[in-house]
Amino acid sequence: MARTSTKAAKPPHRPSTLNTPPSTLLSRDQLLDLYRWMRLTRTLEERLVALYRQTKVVGGLFRSLGQEADAVGTAYALERRDILSPLIRNLGAMLVKGATPVEILKQYMAKGDSPTRGRELNIHFGDTERGFIGQISPLGDMVPVMAGVTLTFKIRHEDRVGLVYVGDGATSTGAFHEGINFAAVQRCPLVVIVENNGYAYSTPIAKQTAAKQFVDKAIGYGIPGEQADGNDVLAVYDVTKRAVDRARRGEGVTLVELMTYRRKGHAEHDNQSYVPAGEIERWERENDPITRYVARLTGDLDFSTSDIEAVDESVRRVVDDATDVAERSGPPEALDALVGVYADPPASSPLWFREGSRSVVEVHERPEGWGTYNTSGEKH
Amino acid sequence: MAEITYLEAIREALFEEMERDVNVMCLGEDIGAYGGAFKVTDGLLDKFGETRVIDSPISEIAIVGAAAGAAHMGMRPVVEMQFIDFMANAYDMLTNYVATARYRAFLPCPMVVRGPSGGYVRGGPFHSQNPEAGFIHTPGLKVVYPSTAEDAKGLMKAAIRDDDCVLFFEHKYLYRRIKAEMPTGDHVVPIGKARIAREGRDLSIITYAATVWKALDAADQLEKEDGLSVEIVDLRSLAPLDDDAIQATVRKTNRVLIVHEDTRTGGIAGEITARINESSFAWLDAPVLRVTAHDVPLPYAPSLEDYVLPQTADIVRAARTLAAY
Repeated sequence: MARTSTKAAKPPHRPSTLNTPPSTLLSRDQLLDLYRWMRLTRTLEERLVALYRQTKVVGGLFRSLGQEADAVGTAYALERRDILSPLIRNLGAMLVKGATPVEILKQYMAKGDSPTRGRELNIHFGDTERGFIGQISPLGDMVPVMAGVTLTFKIRHEDRVGLVYVGDGATSTGAFHEGINFAAVQRCPLVVIVENNGYAYSTPIAKQTAAKQFVDKAIGYGIPGEQADGNDVLAVYDVTKRAVDRARRGEGVTLVELMTYRRKGHAEHDNQSYVPAGEIERWERENDPITRYVARLTGDLDFSTSDIEAVDESVRRVVDDATDVAERSGPPEALDALVGVYADPPASSPLWFREGSRSVVEVHERPEGWGTYNTSGEKH
Repeated sequence: MAEITYLEAIREALFEEMERDVNVMCLGEDIGAYGGAFKVTDGLLDKFGETRVIDSPISEIAIVGAAAGAAHMGMRPVVEMQFIDFMANAYDMLTNYVATARYRAFLPCPMVVRGPSGGYVRGGPFHSQNPEAGFIHTPGLKVVYPSTAEDAKGLMKAAIRDDDCVLFFEHKYLYRRIKAEMPTGDHVVPIGKARIAREGRDLSIITYAATVWKALDAADQLEKEDGLSVEIVDLRSLAPLDDDAIQATVRKTNRVLIVHEDTRTGGIAGEITARINESSFAWLDAPVLRVTAHDVPLPYAPSLEDYVLPQTADIVRAARTLAAY
């Protein structure tokens, strides 16, 4: 992946201090890399919308429009050996970690050679080798799981860190509370990112918590908490990098609240009738993470418009090519549905009414002369 | 070799497996310094240290979830539920996360969730439950429930070595009442294989856990007083069920009584009955009958608990009805 190659271009390590934000140590390649992942996220999702409207995406479609900086900036603060667990709006984080556009497209289109062979939806998949573990739909559940992943890093004295995302809604779950508390007590090398995007499905944060801000919850767990502008990719990178460094130094869990905004509905079907008029348009106009970062890049970071356009063009090509590849794949074989629930047995058998053979009663007919009682109670 | 109790057999399995494999670790409430509410994990902390024997907060969701995460990374965690009743608190994590991990995400989840289960101990509604049926229903989980000390040890070793999640039900009534000499060597009892607890010709009792012993008492009485030869099948594993053993006993005696301590509606006896109906209907000389707990939360007072739970006399009565059919 591009990320690996840009790592080589990183300047010699200098310890960061409070006065030097970690992002100031990023190379020019890396700065442009951040833009590339955000642009890829958006372009890929736009392609998915087109495929969804063509009914080629067989299930729901979940957008991260307006949250690309949050997903990309956090994941970019991790090393290759670290593991994260994404949420439905962290496509960008998965791409940074090495998930490919072809995989994403095949997943959404339920192809037989998709990462989950058609068993799971959308971006619910993972690869521990590449450092991301697939989420499940019950929210908050990945916090205890990542506590266990990072507990293992600690037990084995491995120089690895974990990162887990939750939304504003998931902070209300028991799993979030139990998981972050357990990880805090065990001083697991874990970063918990709370993405405050304003809504959990249709529920605004005021109906989710009486706390003034989610970062305040860190106090109750006895861990550091930091809040940052989730739509400023460099600020996201900085706050996450500081938390990752703390975790790597053995200082345990940090809760990071990223302030962002969900510009699309929970999924594509959601008409967002619950959103006050003008709110979405205001965020789009004033606080789009990609627009903001392009302004930085072409402003004080001194990139040219053609640098940006070159990235856009290469991303378009990548997504076009990936779409061609993904569309060529077929659906999974139906019988594959019965494989892989357990390691042993490796597969279960089709039920008799699917075998197309004789009925169960015929198969199990009692043989003539089977020893049993006769009507007078004697064995014959 | 000296006899050891059912509880000590479980402890011995934990010691042996933790010695054998550094990836085996224990997680639970009060399991370390205190040695567990029933002392099953007594001595583990001293021997293996607090990175492998972890005293956790009161957080069943967290310890089951953390065990899953550790299992993905190559550990083999053994999680204690202080009472198996509290496994309900981790129901989502077990059924939605753990059970589906291999299938949906190719994530290995080799872990054991174990704990004291069952009644006859005046434990009341939250220290006496038999919630196995709720988990047998979930593809992706394995469920075992031993009745003997030998099986308690051998199944625990099999559960720890299994590459999927095994729910290990320990009957607390049997903890210190049942003793046996352990087989020598590396004693592993395969998951999914039933055991003939008593050979017989006239009727079969299919059961598991504490009611195996009640069925054995009933069989003695039926032999003495009625001249009936009763076969007893101890299932040992509830998921997967040993269909071959069930079919064999049905086809041998043609009369089947299923006994379990769990409540009646939705209990595993219904599932076994349905399987017998599908596979061996023509071999039956009588309807399959059930002796189970009544469908109420388990009450505390001895007169109430004894009435709700299946007793030896209930089994004798049901067996006589079946034999006379």
